[in-house]
Amino acid sequence: MDVNKIFESISTIEGIVLNSEANVIMVPSASLLAVADKFKNDIDLNFDFLMCVTALDNGDSENFTIAYNFHSNKHNHSVELRVVVVDGEGVPSLASIWKTADWHEREAYDLMGIKFIGHPELKRILLPEDWEGFPLRKNYKVADYYHGVPIPKDKSYWE
Amino acid sequence: MDTTLDKSIVNIDEMVLNMGPQHPSTHGVLRLKIHTDGEVVSKIEPIIGYLHRCFEKHCENLSYEQIVPFTDRCDYLASMHMDHAYSIAVEKLLDIELPERVEYIRVIIAELQRIASHLVAIGTFGLDVGAITPFTWTIRDRERVLDLFEALCGARLLYNYIWPGGVSHDLSPKFIQRTQEFLEYFETQIFEYNELLTGNKIFIERTADVGVMPADVAVNFGVTGPSLRGSGVNYDLRKTQPYSIYDKFDFNVPVGEGTMGTVGDSWDRYWVRMVEMEESIKIIRQAMASLPDGDVHAAMQKKIRPAKGDVYSRYESARGDVGIYIQSNGKNVPLRLKMRSPAFCNLSVLGEIGEGWMISDVITILGSLDIVLGEIDR
Repeated sequence: MDVNKIFESISTIEGIVLNSEANVIMVPSASLLAVADKFKNDIDLNFDFLMCVTALDNGDSENFTIAYNFHSNKHNHSVELRVVVVDGEGVPSLASIWKTADWHEREAYDLMGIKFIGHPELKRILLPEDWEGFPLRKNYKVADYYHGVPIPKDKSYWE
Repeated sequence: MDTTLDKSIVNIDEMVLNMGPQHPSTHGVLRLKIHTDGEVVSKIEPIIGYLHRCFEKHCENLSYEQIVPFTDRCDYLASMHMDHAYSIAVEKLLDIELPERVEYIRVIIAELQRIASHLVAIGTFGLDVGAITPFTWTIRDRERVLDLFEALCGARLLYNYIWPGGVSHDLSPKFIQRTQEFLEYFETQIFEYNELLTGNKIFIERTADVGVMPADVAVNFGVTGPSLRGSGVNYDLRKTQPYSIYDKFDFNVPVGEGTMGTVGDSWDRYWVRMVEMEESIKIIRQAMASLPDGDVHAAMQKKIRPAKGDVYSRYESARGDVGIYIQSNGKNVPLRLKMRSPAFCNLSVLGEIGEGWMISDVITILGSLDIVLGEIDR
């Protein structure tokens, strides 16, 4: 199935829009769980693989996009969903439906600071627990010290 | 005599055991927090991030050409695959056609790399369960592949060979001759490995029926690559969504059949890698027989400036499905680059399938998943 047909089969869900230029389906965060349920359980869609969860900074570190890439092994079709969130607002977690989302959402929280509501254990995964800030945000500033150790920022630190 | 445990007088607290970050059988700087009840594991928490090198943040400050050495260092046992995956994503973004010779060279190199990577996986897996000789043999044969790569581009581990739009050096006739010699030699070696390890009674005892991963669990956790195929799921991007020119070649996708135990056990995951190497030999032979002429630099652009847009491309590496998500804003530097690393998802399943086994079996299961920490932590 191509993205148009996939969109048609879920078009009854409130608020979803097809972005035909980028071939993605835009979903408001309130409808995400309804879409996910349909994706997982509808026999014609049957998206058994959640391949990737990508958090994108829309430029101002105020608005973020989360891109979900799905794939169905049975029907051999793929689709991308996007959810736009404002900083501080949460997105429903998909970890209870696809276990892949568990670590991917932790990574998105760790590096981009997106909150996933209903996640079983939302804590940092790649960075240390006491790290401050979210490094992949566009407005991220490297701290001067980490545990009292100066953080090198230019060549003068090591040359 | 009543043999049931009187819990009021015996201390039955769980013991927490830290395996790693510096431990030979965690294949890198991985820490496993293992809760044990006696010798039996009741919970495993993989703790990662010790090798985090800010790959994705670096990419936001590097031009598209400069990212290739960084992708090399993600999966350092299969650098060619990472370069290839990244180059395919950039080419998709640029919407360019490659010369046929480039595609053929890339397939030959990628399959040689698959052999080299699987050799390390098989050798270290043997080492994990106590077989030392196979490791020395597989590493010896991997050296021969590395020698080929050294003749090709000068590097043995981090190649910087596959670039967006082409490859850095053309193949020489000598390389093709040496590769043919290697394949002839290597075919006899696969027979030897099977004699030494695959059918070895102790090896089968240690791996068959251990760490069974049912197909639905594997799919739900996003496990891909040989680890998924070991569970009997026929999913290989080279077949299901052929990229490059894989649709031109005739090869099979081996899946686990439970020959020695249950479908999806550690032995099946090992065996899938073993058969995949034979399939790679087939692909290399076919590609070398029909290698066309051409200029390998013809499609390369001096300055890569993709149009505004996003792309998600997928690639079947030695460990599984590599996804590269690139967001471009029309400049020569990507706005955001995300890598979906296969070993990241493959490791996340360890907590699920490792429960209830002995500590030594957890090492078997971890070895059969074939993780590379460079790629998990990026």
